[in-house]
Amino acid sequence: MATAPKDFRFGNFVGSLVWLIFWIIVIVSLVGLPLIFIIFFYIPLPYSNGEVITPYLFLSMIVDPTRTAPIIKFIIHTDFFRAAVFPGFAFAAMIAATTIYVERKFLAKMQLRTGPLYAGKIEGILQLIADGFKLISKEIIAPSGADKPIFWTTPIIFVATAAALTVLIPVAPGWVGADLDVGLLAIFAILGFFPLIALLFSWSCNSKYPFIGGLRALHQMIAFEIPFILSALSIVLLSGSLNLTDIVESQYSFWFFIIAPLSAFVFYISSLAELERVPFDLPEAESEIVAGWLTETSGMIYGLIQLGTYLKLYVLAALFVILFLGGWMGPQIFPQEIIPGYTGEKIYNATVINGIFWFTIKTFGMIMLILLPRGINPRIRIDILLHTGWYKLIVLAFINMFIVLAMIYGGVITPGGLQ
Amino acid sequence: MTNEFSESLEKKLEETTKLGLEVVKEATEDRLMKLSVGPQHPGSGHFRFTIKVDGDYIVYCDPDPGYVHRGEEKMCEYRNFIQNIPHLERPVIHDSTNITYSYSLAVEELLGIEVPRRGQFIRAIASELNRQVYTLYWLAIYGIFLGHSTMFMWPAGDRELFIDLLTALTGARVTHAFNIPGGVRNDIPDGFKEKCLEYVNYFEKRLKEYENIFYNNPLFRQRTENVGILTKDDAINLGVTGSVLRASGVAYDVRKVEPYDVYNEIDFKVQYMKTCDSFARAYVPFLDMRESCHIIRQLLDKMPESGEVRMKLQSNPKGTPGESYKRVESGRGALSYYIVSDGSSRPYRVKISVGSFRNILALPHLLVGSRLGDMPCIYWALNYWPVEADR
Repeated sequence: MATAPKDFRFGNFVGSLVWLIFWIIVIVSLVGLPLIFIIFFYIPLPYSNGEVITPYLFLSMIVDPTRTAPIIKFIIHTDFFRAAVFPGFAFAAMIAATTIYVERKFLAKMQLRTGPLYAGKIEGILQLIADGFKLISKEIIAPSGADKPIFWTTPIIFVATAAALTVLIPVAPGWVGADLDVGLLAIFAILGFFPLIALLFSWSCNSKYPFIGGLRALHQMIAFEIPFILSALSIVLLSGSLNLTDIVESQYSFWFFIIAPLSAFVFYISSLAELERVPFDLPEAESEIVAGWLTETSGMIYGLIQLGTYLKLYVLAALFVILFLGGWMGPQIFPQEIIPGYTGEKIYNATVINGIFWFTIKTFGMIMLILLPRGINPRIRIDILLHTGWYKLIVLAFINMFIVLAMIYGGVITPGGLQ
Repeated sequence: MTNEFSESLEKKLEETTKLGLEVVKEATEDRLMKLSVGPQHPGSGHFRFTIKVDGDYIVYCDPDPGYVHRGEEKMCEYRNFIQNIPHLERPVIHDSTNITYSYSLAVEELLGIEVPRRGQFIRAIASELNRQVYTLYWLAIYGIFLGHSTMFMWPAGDRELFIDLLTALTGARVTHAFNIPGGVRNDIPDGFKEKCLEYVNYFEKRLKEYENIFYNNPLFRQRTENVGILTKDDAINLGVTGSVLRASGVAYDVRKVEPYDVYNEIDFKVQYMKTCDSFARAYVPFLDMRESCHIIRQLLDKMPESGEVRMKLQSNPKGTPGESYKRVESGRGALSYYIVSDGSSRPYRVKISVGSFRNILALPHLLVGSRLGDMPCIYWALNYWPVEADR
């Protein structure tokens, strides 16, 4: 099977990269640097530790690790960085982007197709960027008779709500945007907003198919919210805490998946329903109600809602890993030091890097498991869906909860390990 | 549904009037939402039907075909018998050999000519291959209508096998214009028999995979079993044909009932099911595909090694005044032509009776009372091809 265009030469590819770097250097040195010096001629230079930071000193600081390390350390420990970049939005968006690419390729291989191939020369890795540009450049059409303020704001609220979830996910020891004592509860509280947003948007469209889709989303999320919370409850009983960091740390000897496999199953099915993924994609059922509550979306409004959906996918996969698969716990594979004999301020922390590594690996595994049903299942009907949610999953979640309670009261396990 | 509701409403109304309160009665129409499915709907094709839903239930359905009417029957009256072939296959290009098959049979009767034996076999092979192409296309759309994207891609990909064979045989991918009065256009190419056997054997393995991923999928069965029941009596009264009729427990196949050309020499079973539901209507075409593979193998076996494939005709053939009626089993059921000739080189009147139009008559009967979510799986299981029905 062809994996690259026919006339692809790796040498040409590297050559074009080298030319790109060459022209960047030329333009920066001829235009960029003189501009910077002109600007510095007019504005006073800043002071730091009693010395004037001249451009020369600034450049030397970039090269000298003893000077840059404190600055980087200060930046990465600010709350803004945590919310916006690392455990928060940007990290989640990176994972979401990778997920979209992986999903397309994975589904294509399953269906004996090739998937994205041409954008980016190698296996179509830049397809997502191309799609993003396409969506940005498209016209956004608001239906006549739409409730304009709600129509324009709900997609932004959708992404903002999804981004709020990413802040609560602990990625490594000490690396969480907001370490709440009620972290699990907060996640469920925020998840409760999504059906409201879907309903608001579908109502504001002033169109029939979106309205049916919005109502379906509401029904579906209500039916699956209760088994969702109940399945997480047995983990709360096991760990004795609602704090997600505590939940991970109480799995240092064994994963809760071993004691609560039924809960894990219920959680997995419920998260599929929360995410409106196949086989639970009723709110977007194409052949019945066109595109459900997304029928009237166009251009970047659609793009924003997709971004929010994939952020939500990351959060629910990460939550599964935190609750059942021991979060960042894993064998230490990174060395304690990368520069032997370095005595200055340290940024590198072996435990944290190790935690991030294992967390990302497990989360990706979980994301793949969530993507899998799309290739093998048809959509189910709404009455079967409600029946599954209200009768079967709640019972399963309760059974596992009683098993956990019996084990705790029988003295077999205590929160945090086997006795 | 609605009757129960209106009865309870009237009961409540009586109780409240007794108390002396003023009541504004809610009209039944207020509860209903009118939805237009098609012609620009992903679940309709070139076709529109209007439905009214009460909550999740469909209470009213009005099919509205005719968006792609081209006047094929009238066009036939202005062309001679041979010129009619290319435009007659346009209504259903995925089954173009079968739609010209019964036309050729009818014209042959009018002109009083007989097809050579080898030509009859090649016709039957092309017809069976084309039936596979059509059924695979139908199955692909059925898959995506139920949200099963893999079942869209696999049949659409495997359809290429038969398209390759037909391209080798006729020179065109979908619009073959292969059957003509007097036989077929050309003889089979070299190595066609081996290639055909190889592809059919491979395709039978793929059919097992289809069954595993789609027909045995519990979610698919949940959706289609006991949905849209069309009983045996209803099916006969409504006049449906083809797989829809066979799914309702009637073992009726034109190839068996009125064998044309070489079908009386072929040993095959009529596939039918007695469950009468959407699942049966989805499964019978699949069984037909499997049976078709056996038929193709037998045809290749029994075909004479050499001989004429076409009877030479005049350039502008004329028959005796009269009429003829012939039908064949197409991918969607009995497909018949009624042709009247006044002795000139052009037909006086051509009437095409297609399976699609007969099957769509069952749509309101099945949709009313079912859920909105069942709409695509009932509609497309009727084996309806909008363009063919409009002619």
